[in-house]
Amino acid sequence: MSTAYQKRIDQEPSSIRIGLIPILSVMAGSMLVLFIPYIASMPLLPPFGLMLLIAWRLIRPGIWPIWIGFPLGLFDDIFSGQPFGSAALLWSLVMIFIEILDNRFLWRGFWQDWLIAAVSIMLALIGGLLINNVIADAGNITILLPQIILSIFLYPLVLRIVAWLDRKRLTA
Amino acid sequence: MAPPDKRRPGFSRKAQYKIFTGYLVAFLGAFGGLFLLVISYLDPAAFSAIRHGAADLTRPVTEFFTVARSTGQKGSSEVSAYFDAASKNAAMQRELEQSRTQLIEARALKQENERLRSLLGLVEEEGQPVAIARLISSTSSSTRRFATLGAGRNQGVEAGQPVREQRGLIGRVLSTGINTSRVLLLTDSNNVVPIKRASDGTVAFAEGRGDGLLNIRLINIGVNDIKPGDIFVTSGNGGLYSPNIPVAIVDSLASDGAVGHPLSDPAAADFVVVQPIYQPELVPEAQGGAADGEVNSDDAEAGTESSSEGGQ
Repeated sequence: MSTAYQKRIDQEPSSIRIGLIPILSVMAGSMLVLFIPYIASMPLLPPFGLMLLIAWRLIRPGIWPIWIGFPLGLFDDIFSGQPFGSAALLWSLVMIFIEILDNRFLWRGFWQDWLIAAVSIMLALIGGLLINNVIADAGNITILLPQIILSIFLYPLVLRIVAWLDRKRLTA
Repeated sequence: MAPPDKRRPGFSRKAQYKIFTGYLVAFLGAFGGLFLLVISYLDPAAFSAIRHGAADLTRPVTEFFTVARSTGQKGSSEVSAYFDAASKNAAMQRELEQSRTQLIEARALKQENERLRSLLGLVEEEGQPVAIARLISSTSSSTRRFATLGAGRNQGVEAGQPVREQRGLIGRVLSTGINTSRVLLLTDSNNVVPIKRASDGTVAFAEGRGDGLLNIRLINIGVNDIKPGDIFVTSGNGGLYSPNIPVAIVDSLASDGAVGHPLSDPAAADFVVVQPIYQPELVPEAQGGAADGEVNSDDAEAGTESSSEGGQ
């Protein structure tokens, strides 16, 4: 057996790595908006932070307490351009929403999870628009359509990324 | 496969309390978010320090990506230029001939213009640019249209200053950090710019719609003689934007004006210019704050709105 494998056998990955990778990946998703240097004239970029959060939540229920939406949402608020507190509120609600569904519908597959994710993303984006509309009249829901559709269809890709990260996280 | 159900803890009091506390804290988090929203509604500048701190910290990285973007754009346009070089060359020759004669006419007009202006005693100096920088990122996943500019207080940028590129107006500075600042783009639904038609000076307002287009509202309602293709420039009213910066071109007509698209393209602009406020004495104290003031006008509703969300 080669030494490359010997090092990995009977090794537990560090608990720091197990705990940090999900959180850091969601934070990186929130910051992605900074690193896409396109100056958009309408909302188009999917909310990657939220999508990663939902994907982690659905793949690994139980790694986070229910209230994880609040701190991660606060971090997202720094970069998103939404009024401060918007993601903290909406992400908290999304986490509670998923928790309730998770308890109610135990037998789910990929398609049901995708549906849950799609509904959550849609509600969060519409909620963000409503909050903006109260504060500054940001337009009607039609301007969100491209973003919503793009987000829903990109979700399986985000799920793949999360699954890959999860493998990296748990193998030493 | 159904996941193992860890959430039904049986008769363990401790485990039951734990679940209850989890929900409680989650709802507290939601209310915390609501509370922060109310604060940012009452005082929009409340959290700008955190945002600018973060923007300043991440600036080296975002700037790197922006430079990569603009070199990429240049490279691709250079490559594509080879493909239709011959036909382009002929077309450009023709254009050159035309513009040569136009240039001579324009020179004559300019001289005449200067002469007439000096007669009127109207000597206007276009202010020196405050800073020239790149737009390094934007809020592309939010319905608000902000961009981050790679220059801030250290470069002399102040809230309220107009930002433009060669082709036209981009927006105005909303707030400043140390080396970055936040720009409210023309297309944001909260940005209202006083404009006039370039051909005859018909006065109007340009208002963002949030989807990349602008509503053009005439001040004289009733006589809507706008035609598609009309060009609007800043009028200089209000003292914020200096006059004659190109703003929008009309696409289609609406009942109370028209819908147009901005002449500037922040996505394609390599560098943008921050200009000084045109007539600072006309602008109310702290323009950035005033702009945010508009944002504030109906706060109480915001609270009820989000709380009803929470109820769902």
